Amino acid sequence: MSALPTRRDEAWRYADLQAVAKLWPLAAPEQLVLAEGEAATRHLVLDTDAGAADIRQITINLAKGAKFSFQLLVMGGHYGRVELDVTLHEGADFDLGAVILGNGDQTLEIITTVTHAEPNATSNQVIRAVLAERSTGTYLGKVAVARGAQKTDSAQSFKAMLIDRTATANAKPELEIFADDVKCAHGAAIGELDAMSLFYLESRGLTPADAKRLMLQAFVAGVFDGAAAEDVLQAAALQKLGEMVR
Amino acid sequence: MFITAGIIWMPACPGMLPDMLKIENLHATVADKEILKGLSLEINAGEIHAIMGPNGAGKSTLTYTLGGRPGYEVTSGTATFDGRDLFDMAPNERAAAGLFLGFQYPVEIPGVSNVQFLREALNAQRKWRGEEPLSGGDFLKRARTQADAMGMHMDMMKRPVNVGFSGGEKKRNEMVQMGILDPKLAILDETDSGLDIDALRVVGDGINRIMRKPDKAVLLITHYQRLLDYVQPDFVHVLAAGRIVKSGGPELALELEREGYAEIAA
Repeated sequence: MSALPTRRDEAWRYADLQAVAKLWPLAAPEQLVLAEGEAATRHLVLDTDAGAADIRQITINLAKGAKFSFQLLVMGGHYGRVELDVTLHEGADFDLGAVILGNGDQTLEIITTVTHAEPNATSNQVIRAVLAERSTGTYLGKVAVARGAQKTDSAQSFKAMLIDRTATANAKPELEIFADDVKCAHGAAIGELDAMSLFYLESRGLTPADAKRLMLQAFVAGVFDGAAAEDVLQAAALQKLGEMVR
Repeated sequence: MFITAGIIWMPACPGMLPDMLKIENLHATVADKEILKGLSLEINAGEIHAIMGPNGAGKSTLTYTLGGRPGYEVTSGTATFDGRDLFDMAPNERAAAGLFLGFQYPVEIPGVSNVQFLREALNAQRKWRGEEPLSGGDFLKRARTQADAMGMHMDMMKRPVNVGFSGGEKKRNEMVQMGILDPKLAILDETDSGLDIDALRVVGDGINRIMRKPDKAVLLITHYQRLLDYVQPDFVHVLAAGRIVKSGGPELALELEREGYAEIAA
């Protein structure tokens, strides 16, 4: 795309277009190719400096039987956006565990397009967002199943927790299916911390901030469970959560 | 009064020990509806009090108001806890000052482990009181002792708070928490509900073991006499329509059981 996007562009509807304009035109997306049968994991912490903006576009091509596991933590900058365009060939597997942590006036976005081009591929996306103050968190996730990509097994789960009533979460799980023997699960939920649970924790002596932090930690912790970079990701997430509930 | 030998147990002897809890003319509302309408109650250290009353009398409202649950508004009256203004403290400060709430329906909190939560809670209380935090090892020792005493396996203590616990296990877990946190005053809201006879005895024994001490006090809130067979109260009060309408000794509970609330509270 060479023209500056506008609100009419579905994929940029919730973006901070002023921030985008400053970064425009974007460099060509990073290309990541996994060969047949190859397995790889990667993690990315988008921890842009306060006030700055960053857009990462990554195109991922998984050849037959390749397995790719990606952990993503989007938490820094005034505007942060990560776009993943994934293509799965026969029997490939893509796993995304992502967390968005926003506060202040941050706008943070994850946009995924996962194309099951051939049969028997699996994809699983789990995205959790915690949004405080006036921040906005967005997940636009499209799963496309090509004609003939039978036995596709794909799942998307997005859950957002709003810490303040002034925060915003946008979710658009999207399916485009041209095969008839597929399994495509998708779910999106937006809510707030359970007041009774918070009171229960506080009644045992936890400060309100610690009670919230403990519950939010539990809310996002599962996403990075067992990941190679689990410690790094959990520590970074915990630090940001600590700042968010002060 | 002529006494030749023995020890006189004077639970309500003023001047010896200060009031643990003194509630005066408490009015409280929930969603703008007045539920507590001038409740007064005094509990001294070393005493166990039971509040009994029919559905809708305000028993749970009293528990939550004393605990500081959001939405339970004190409109007038005072409560002093161990020399402090109770209503001036946040829920976590009330806990740190030595108040424990036993919940009628303990909350399930997925993802948060019992031991992690309790260790953080205990150390938050200690910090508030200006005490050093308890080390991981010392905490686990204390947790194991209390879990063993309540017949709870440590595996359960490592699981998420109350998730997948039966009604009885949740109430046992409340007692384990009470044992670990070692409060001065426990307000136990229908701790006997959902318990079978065996669990009732275990929970009753737990209350006696942890709380029946000269420097501690208990407020049991219950519908039924049966818990009082295991935890014998020094005083029994009848709560009806937001006020204490009658107070007496343990015999009052039996009278209530026999004659019903309508008769006594009338």
